[in-house]
Amino acid sequence: MPKVKVPRKSTAIDMTAMCDVASLLLTFFILTATARQPEPLTVDTPTSTVKIKVPEVNIGTITVGDGKVFFGVKGQNVRISMLEKMGERYKIQFTPEEKKRFSLMESFGVDIRQLKQVIALSSADRNKEGLQPGIPVDSVGTAPSQLHDWIYQARVATKELNDEQMRVSIKGDSKEEYPAVKKIIDILQKQKVNKFSLITSLEGLD
Amino acid sequence: MAELDTGGGGGKHKGGKVRSKKQSTRVDMTPMVDLMFLLITFFMLTTTLAKPQAMDLAMPDKNDQDPNEQLDVADTRTMTVLLGNKNRIEWYIGLVDDPKTPPTVENYGKNGIRKAILDKAKEIKGATGKDMIVLIKPSAKSNYKNLVDILDEIKITNVKQYAIVDITDPEIGLLKRDDIY
Repeated sequence: MPKVKVPRKSTAIDMTAMCDVASLLLTFFILTATARQPEPLTVDTPTSTVKIKVPEVNIGTITVGDGKVFFGVKGQNVRISMLEKMGERYKIQFTPEEKKRFSLMESFGVDIRQLKQVIALSSADRNKEGLQPGIPVDSVGTAPSQLHDWIYQARVATKELNDEQMRVSIKGDSKEEYPAVKKIIDILQKQKVNKFSLITSLEGLD
Repeated sequence: MAELDTGGGGGKHKGGKVRSKKQSTRVDMTPMVDLMFLLITFFMLTTTLAKPQAMDLAMPDKNDQDPNEQLDVADTRTMTVLLGNKNRIEWYIGLVDDPKTPPTVENYGKNGIRKAILDKAKEIKGATGKDMIVLIKPSAKSNYKNLVDILDEIKITNVKQYAIVDITDPEIGLLKRDDIY
């Protein structure tokens, strides 16, 4: 009886199609990944086991580290509206160009009287460490501190434009001493903001 | 599709002309695919994992008219946690001048404060039938990480009632006595 010979097939698989799919996915993920915004004040957030993500919209972030306080709010139109309101409050006129540039700033930390100079800088210069001295947090006489006003105006602007309550979050450095954080909490409580978030990074359960 | 002529060349021709052997144009894509998937995995994980976490915190309402207004809580089921320096904690139950449990210095973490909170919560629940209240009092010498750590322990131990309160002078004295201030 003649043996039936099975023709031997090559084991090499054509990888071209797989490669196509892989590069397609890769391109997609690279493009959708949001580039990390450069921060003028980098802080090392403490870790915690909570797993709730920070929301993307309607959130104001107060960054505390190295004795300095920075503030930033999400949304370009909110930033512009906030700056207009602050300009009115402190009698400083901002040109449309300055407003546009300000709306692209993720966070800032200067006295409002020096804000114009900071806006004029390029974003690389602006984010140099130690250039921005932080927003004043002490109240002057009976007038509330500038940080108080910034937070307040940001909340008003968010409410007006997005019709949502702005969430306030505090992003503090691990080594920051408690009194500095306490000061921020007091400022928030003065505006009757009793609920806010602390930003932390992920930690495994031990 | 993307395959090119792979027929091997070679073979002696009669003419005696020496022809170079035709190399196969087929490229082995396996390492490339490996690398691709590695990058895909990286980007997939970083886009979802890099987002920071938000720990919600509610502070007790403050009364501007009467800043000294205090809400009285039962001292038998109140645990006060004082945050000192050098990542140390001191806790006691009851009042500062008449503690039900003598003040104890503890570390952060699983075997330190977490164990104390869990034990005492169970004890108080058994004795009074009510939940324990934890008062967190960070001193000026503690840092922000300590605050987040203790709040994290509160979340882990599932304590329902807790508050961050200003530290008082006798308590600072207590921390000084135990050399963690």
